[in-house]
Amino acid sequence: MLDILFERFRQKHRTVPFPADSPTLPPRFRGRPFIDAGLCTGAQGRDCDLCRLACPIGAIECDNGSPTLDMGVCTFCGACAGSCPTQALVFTTDWRLASTERHALLIRPSEYMPGEAQNVSQSLPLRQERFFQLPELPLTPTRAASGAFTLSFRLRQVTAAGCGACEADLNVLGTVVFDLSRFGIDFVASPRHADAMALTGPVPHNMQKALFKCHNAMASPKVVIAVGACAISGGIFRALPSGDSGQGTEGALAHLPVDLYVPGCPPHPYTTLDGLLRFTGRAVPPA
Amino acid sequence: MASSMYLDNVSQQGQAGGFPSGTPDSLQLLNGGAVPLQAVPQLSFSHFSHWLVNTVRNGGRVISFFALPASCFTPSEKDGEHTHRLIAILASDTSGKLHAATAGVSGRYTSFAKHTPQMHLFEREIYEKHGITPEGHPWLKPVRFEKTGGPEIGDTDFFHIYGDDIHEVSVGPIHAGVIECGHFRFQCLGEKVLHLEISLGYHHRGMESLLRNGPYPRTLALMETIAGDSTIAHTWAYCTNMEALADAAPSPRGQLVRALALELERLANHTGDMGALAGDIGFLPTLSYCGRLRGDWLNMSAMICGSRFGRGLLVPGGVLHDLNHSLVLRLKERMTLTGKDVMGALKLMWDSSSVAARLSAVGSVSVETALRLGMVGVAARASGLKRDARHSLPLPDLPTPPDLCVASAGDVYSRAKVRHDEIAASVAFCQRLLTDFLDEDGEDAVCAESPAIPTLMPEYLAVSLVEGWRGEVCHVGITDDSGRLAAYTIADPSFHNWMGLAMALRGQQISDFPLCNKSFNLSYCGHDL
Repeated sequence: MLDILFERFRQKHRTVPFPADSPTLPPRFRGRPFIDAGLCTGAQGRDCDLCRLACPIGAIECDNGSPTLDMGVCTFCGACAGSCPTQALVFTTDWRLASTERHALLIRPSEYMPGEAQNVSQSLPLRQERFFQLPELPLTPTRAASGAFTLSFRLRQVTAAGCGACEADLNVLGTVVFDLSRFGIDFVASPRHADAMALTGPVPHNMQKALFKCHNAMASPKVVIAVGACAISGGIFRALPSGDSGQGTEGALAHLPVDLYVPGCPPHPYTTLDGLLRFTGRAVPPA
Repeated sequence: MASSMYLDNVSQQGQAGGFPSGTPDSLQLLNGGAVPLQAVPQLSFSHFSHWLVNTVRNGGRVISFFALPASCFTPSEKDGEHTHRLIAILASDTSGKLHAATAGVSGRYTSFAKHTPQMHLFEREIYEKHGITPEGHPWLKPVRFEKTGGPEIGDTDFFHIYGDDIHEVSVGPIHAGVIECGHFRFQCLGEKVLHLEISLGYHHRGMESLLRNGPYPRTLALMETIAGDSTIAHTWAYCTNMEALADAAPSPRGQLVRALALELERLANHTGDMGALAGDIGFLPTLSYCGRLRGDWLNMSAMICGSRFGRGLLVPGGVLHDLNHSLVLRLKERMTLTGKDVMGALKLMWDSSSVAARLSAVGSVSVETALRLGMVGVAARASGLKRDARHSLPLPDLPTPPDLCVASAGDVYSRAKVRHDEIAASVAFCQRLLTDFLDEDGEDAVCAESPAIPTLMPEYLAVSLVEGWRGEVCHVGITDDSGRLAAYTIADPSFHNWMGLAMALRGQQISDFPLCNKSFNLSYCGHDL
């Protein structure tokens, strides 16, 4: 018993002060991508689609040269940024990626706004360090938040054939570091007790029946949160037009109405926590 | 005591009667090596069968067994009539060599499973994929329910025990926690489990079919998600196969970064598992500390490559992120602090006699059972088998691996103890490795160009084994005449070990299941592919 108290004294209280304080993620962390319209040659109408060609999973499309990067598909591998000759496309360390709007996950070239808030990822060889001011992605709190979900929000997690990484970084929210339950948010065992389904994985054939049964067993009002690229779009498992054979798994949207999107492969725990807090109507100060 | 005597016996047999080098019935190859497909001996089935059974009897084990359409091979004169070829790759932990041979079959062959139980799941897999029947297989049914038009998942002939007092407990596919999906059926007499059947396939994503005719641009991303908690192990095995098939050696410094990343993956998962075991028996201090400390290891991976799971680090040829001087210093400092905190958290658990009492003599797997099932990794070592690919079948040009950690009782306590010892060994190894990094030049060097798709030699076979945290990951790649992947087969350690969990449950209380399950902590998606 004394040993336990001594060890507790030595290792100390370790719960993060989030959301009061913003976390600092490792400089090589690849968060929200940004495409600088002033530097992107494709956006200026000249012939360039190197980022589209570099993307191994077809997350970038070019319309008349101007690229659109879909964060709902992206694995944040950084290959596109590495291929960009003008360093117009970069990954910042901004971990706030969640949105209630699917279209908000589409990143298009936009004007560079200097700001102290976010530093670009250091994993890329940079000519100069740049700082970004990125507008917050739209996230409308759930309509039931005015009543039901603000103080208590119960999640039933369903793994629809993910690789286990999204699940691992959801589980981590329950540890003393993030201490999810201090916000009244918990994972529960039964769909009958759940307000929301936290869905991961690309939903291939063998998981569809179980998924529907679970969703049907949840009482209304209920919401679906798609966590990770697989759940949002099928991610790396979706069919590609390039002849590379695919299973055609399209993620949750093909089967269920999705209320909140949490991009990433897997999403960083802070990305998910930020999304959950804002979705249930709590204020999270910008980083 | 008895088990270690048995082991000595096994290893002596292995040395005396194992693989005489240069036997004509198989081709010898090294881990991480490639050989021309035509050099693999094409045996008659009886010869093949004799070779396989004898080799396993003499201490060898089956690391890969699969079928290919005969059209992938240049037919030998007497072999034109067969539709498929079986390919077996066996490993000897005593000689450090791999051996490969093939045999032609058409539609059916005599099952090995009855006398060589470690073949049972490989045979079911071949049956499901190619429709080749292993005659005499004791329990032939789908592995992953992957065939369109075949039986729907969950629709199969489950094992039943009949009797007035017998009851069945059915669990899953969706479980109570934040965890992957699978279906368990317990046949119980009162609280006692007579048999547990584990029926998987819910996570089947068609991984191997997505790889066929590749490599494609997305192949590397697929490798990183075979089992998300073993990203480095699987990606390293794949990269090694690509390097072997392209006849291009990986960057030496890249190999060191890979070795470091693999141990960080082991540290994170072992720490998490120790915490989860403590949680399952209600010992909360260790649960709380380990939950946090697991994240500290993951964050070290993120310091190296930006991803907590090692995504985007490994590419054929090397790694995309190098360690500079200041990063090495920060990692060393973190390694010391986190290592000390983990050991402090685990000491609380080991010092509690009630913890030791709860973990001991629960979920035991004997060394004989582990050997017959071909178990690998932590679970095999806990039962007394000295099986660690880092030691017995190392990839070339790597530093001395962390110490081999073995226990003997094969119970939950032993599996926990092996993890604990491996944490200590891995921390010491990483410190050594980081010190070497400090002495080297090469700061901020990117060890490989961006992930280009390698050009592969046509009609070659490559095998790679990487000892991940759960056990040995085995990848086999075979190229066709145009250098595309004719087949790519993956065996996650879970593939060998799920049956070990079923055996561990026999005669146990059903309430011991979570504890036994956690002590194995096997991957559903790694099995289901």
